Amino acid sequence: MNSSVIIFPGSNCDRDMDVALKKFGFKNKMVWHDDDKLPQSDLIVLPGGFSYGDYLRCGSIAGKSKIIQSVIDFANSGGLVLGICNGFQILTETGLLKGVLQQNKNIEFICKNIFVKVNNSENKFFENIDKDVLELHIAHNEGNYFCTEDELKSLEDNNQIAALYCSSDGKVDDKSNPNGAIKNIAGIFNEKKNILGMMPHPERMIDQSLSGEDGSIFFENLLKNLK
Amino acid sequence: MEVNEQIAVDHGLKPDEYKKICDLLKRVPNLTELGIFSAMWNEHCSYKSSRLHLKKLNTKGKKVIQGPGENAGVIDIGDDDAIVFKIESHNHPSFIEPYQGAATGVGGIMRDVFTMGARPIANLNSIHFGSTQHKKTKNLLRGVVKGIGGYGNCIGVPTIAGQTCFDQSYNGNILVNAMTLGLVNKNKIFYSKATGINKPVIYVGSKTGRDGIHGASMASAIFDDKIEEKKPTVQVGDPFTEKLLLEACLELMSDKSIIAIQDMGAAGLTSSSIEMASKGNLGIELHLDKVPCREEKMTPYEIMLSESQERMLIVLENGKEDSAKKIFDKWNLDFAVIGKTTNTKNIELYFEREKVANVPIKFLANEAPMYDRPWKKTKLPQKIKFSNNDFKKLKFNDVIKKMISHPNICSKQWIWEQYDHTVMGDTIQKPGGDAGVVRVHGTKKAVASSVDSSASYCHAHPFTGGKQVVCEAWRNLVSVGAEPIAITNCLNFGNPEKKENMGEFVECIDGINEASKYLNFPVVSGNVSFYNETKDKGIKPTPTIGGVGLIKDYKNLMTMKFKSKENLVLVIGKTEGNLDQSIFANVILDEKKGPPPEINLFNEKNNGETILKIIKEKLALSVHDVSLGGIMIGALKMCIAGSKGIKFYKFKNLTNIYQYFFSEDQGRYIIEVEKNNLKKVESILKKNSVHFDLLGETTDKEIIINDEPTFTVDKVTEFYKGWLYKYMS
Repeated sequence: MNSSVIIFPGSNCDRDMDVALKKFGFKNKMVWHDDDKLPQSDLIVLPGGFSYGDYLRCGSIAGKSKIIQSVIDFANSGGLVLGICNGFQILTETGLLKGVLQQNKNIEFICKNIFVKVNNSENKFFENIDKDVLELHIAHNEGNYFCTEDELKSLEDNNQIAALYCSSDGKVDDKSNPNGAIKNIAGIFNEKKNILGMMPHPERMIDQSLSGEDGSIFFENLLKNLK
Repeated sequence: MEVNEQIAVDHGLKPDEYKKICDLLKRVPNLTELGIFSAMWNEHCSYKSSRLHLKKLNTKGKKVIQGPGENAGVIDIGDDDAIVFKIESHNHPSFIEPYQGAATGVGGIMRDVFTMGARPIANLNSIHFGSTQHKKTKNLLRGVVKGIGGYGNCIGVPTIAGQTCFDQSYNGNILVNAMTLGLVNKNKIFYSKATGINKPVIYVGSKTGRDGIHGASMASAIFDDKIEEKKPTVQVGDPFTEKLLLEACLELMSDKSIIAIQDMGAAGLTSSSIEMASKGNLGIELHLDKVPCREEKMTPYEIMLSESQERMLIVLENGKEDSAKKIFDKWNLDFAVIGKTTNTKNIELYFEREKVANVPIKFLANEAPMYDRPWKKTKLPQKIKFSNNDFKKLKFNDVIKKMISHPNICSKQWIWEQYDHTVMGDTIQKPGGDAGVVRVHGTKKAVASSVDSSASYCHAHPFTGGKQVVCEAWRNLVSVGAEPIAITNCLNFGNPEKKENMGEFVECIDGINEASKYLNFPVVSGNVSFYNETKDKGIKPTPTIGGVGLIKDYKNLMTMKFKSKENLVLVIGKTEGNLDQSIFANVILDEKKGPPPEINLFNEKNNGETILKIIKEKLALSVHDVSLGGIMIGALKMCIAGSKGIKFYKFKNLTNIYQYFFSEDQGRYIIEVEKNNLKKVESILKKNSVHFDLLGETTDKEIIINDEPTFTVDKVTEFYKGWLYKYMS
């Protein structure tokens, strides 16, 4: 399977994502933000970081970058797009995903392990996943997902909520919500479920020696689903 | 403006220093030249009070590739890999403007590391604040933490360890010391020495503004009531530009275009250009109107003294300008040829075709003043005689609670959760351990690093304190299973013109030196920060030591977590029961006098090496060094980390339970071993003549002392982790 990771100036999880994708068998290519064409890909990843410094709203300038039109076209033609952290913020800025990511409720950067519950596994990302509560890692200042009531209703009606912050045994409650996200939302899909944006970083959890290994489950499963 | 003595004094120069400048030049300098002299001759750049003593430091070792004198030190970790590292202070700016001061401290030290061709792989920091009761402390802490995080998180370098202290001696002068480790191929290290004549001098990075003018002079002065007026001397950080600069420099470094490279840190364009030329014994000619500026009508004086961040000066091979420019264009960074190297051995500055300064470089570098300042020896204080009455009123459980939740002992999770400590995907020991550990990407190796200071010990007896900090760094590395290799030091002191402060400095250095030699733990880089004084009140002497060590196979990483119940817990090293200068004596008995715990370097080395052997033989399940708070706090931290309890056995020999549990005798470790491995461990300890005591055994949750349950580990965890969150909420 071929994947591509977009590098924006200020991306800083691009290498981590490249390492993770290759570890689980993707043939990955890095794509520069100033290019206008994507290589032949089965998966496009927008990595974490601080694209263009995030000095405006997070992800807003990346959402207008040169490469992004190709990403939008790819997504609209049904291609698989994954945005992690800053990548999720960029996807909301392009309009491919609904809602916004506000500053964390405690107005502080948060870096720690959290648990998420997979909310919908009828899609290429989570189909057949054999664990429904994953321990992943967050590292962000603006991960507090918010959308209008109408948007929330349509996300719920179309089963577009991908993952919810929860306790280690899968309970979705306030205590396990790290950043104040509405309804504990950690990640969402577009209507067709070929675009996934989420704040947690699976690529930081791919090795027992690191914080944990549940990221491996995500990538292994994703690759299996694409084959 | 005509220069005179008063203007020179306003620039921080002493009248006799001004006279020396006039004598050297055989004329009165113009204002630009005076500015350059004041920048090069201040304490921060010239090390005029410290140079004489720094020369004594032990800087050589088999694994040292580069010692002090470059942008950072370099050590060999095998297979052509080398680690570039350094610690630096940003104390004065952080007190004036905590967010930007701390942020640019992190930015500056990272530039020092990638200037040498290394990709930064880990950040650490040591921060000291005033009393937790002081009205400024909370805001300063919040601002500094946000600044450190704001910069490091954005660049994408993990912050893997640190140290936070509160003490009223920092009420008017906080300390912010930032350290960075970078990884480089040892055959591709870049240095700051310029060679060759008529080579283009290139300016890259951010544009120059008026921020930070006289920053280095500000850092060389004591504070008074008017510090708020100094805000404009604090630089403003732009981590995004630094990230671009990092990537662009590393890209340019992959071919052979660069002759010399130097970041523009303290005293900006002045010190970077002079340093490169001085090291190569060359002259340098700069055309200041070619310097990219972000403000209008900047004068040569302002351009030379600006400390705008995220800028580099490069001496390039002839003919490489176009290919180099392409790289910086790609990263949207300024690139300008602003001058060339010459054979005049002078710095010559031009502005709008007019020569605005011409000074022999040796006057600025070699001829900078060096002082042998008078200093006073600190006598070893008399030991305190504690009587049983001192302890009678105490309730053991209350003492435990007070100690484990003390600001200088409690968990700093509130701080390090705001730092991205996992980006780059190689952090295998996150903050909260004895040392932070990152893997050397793509290899089996890992690098461990820690930062330490012990200001109370250094204050009581600087010589012993200096030794102790080095030993503490050594122990922290040993505890994670790393072979200690080298250190960097950040020497934070008061006013060197006072002989007590100067004495503290001299004797701390002697102590550092003695331990560093004995442990073969050389100093490869560092920085000195004097004048940490406000309205006559100086800080406690605070040398901060950053240690670096190597784990050959990262799978052998050791942690402090108790692993399972019913294992034996041993204390390695002898417990003498000295409470003088312990945090227990200070906090519980309100006794601040007495000598610090003695350092026995033989035991220190022997105990550490024996621990490494036990780890190597896979006989230890967990290891933690005994430091602040003694055995009790050490053991409780292991309980908390592993979510286990401990049953302490009855202690022998010492008359007093408090002395046993809270003394801070040095050279000790706590280790957890399986019962059926005890014989093997004992035999190694005996063979190496290492003293040890059986401390107890691990339990499921209960902490049991004298057969009586006290707290559960969950309760102690609450005390340990709760304090700082509560304080900051």
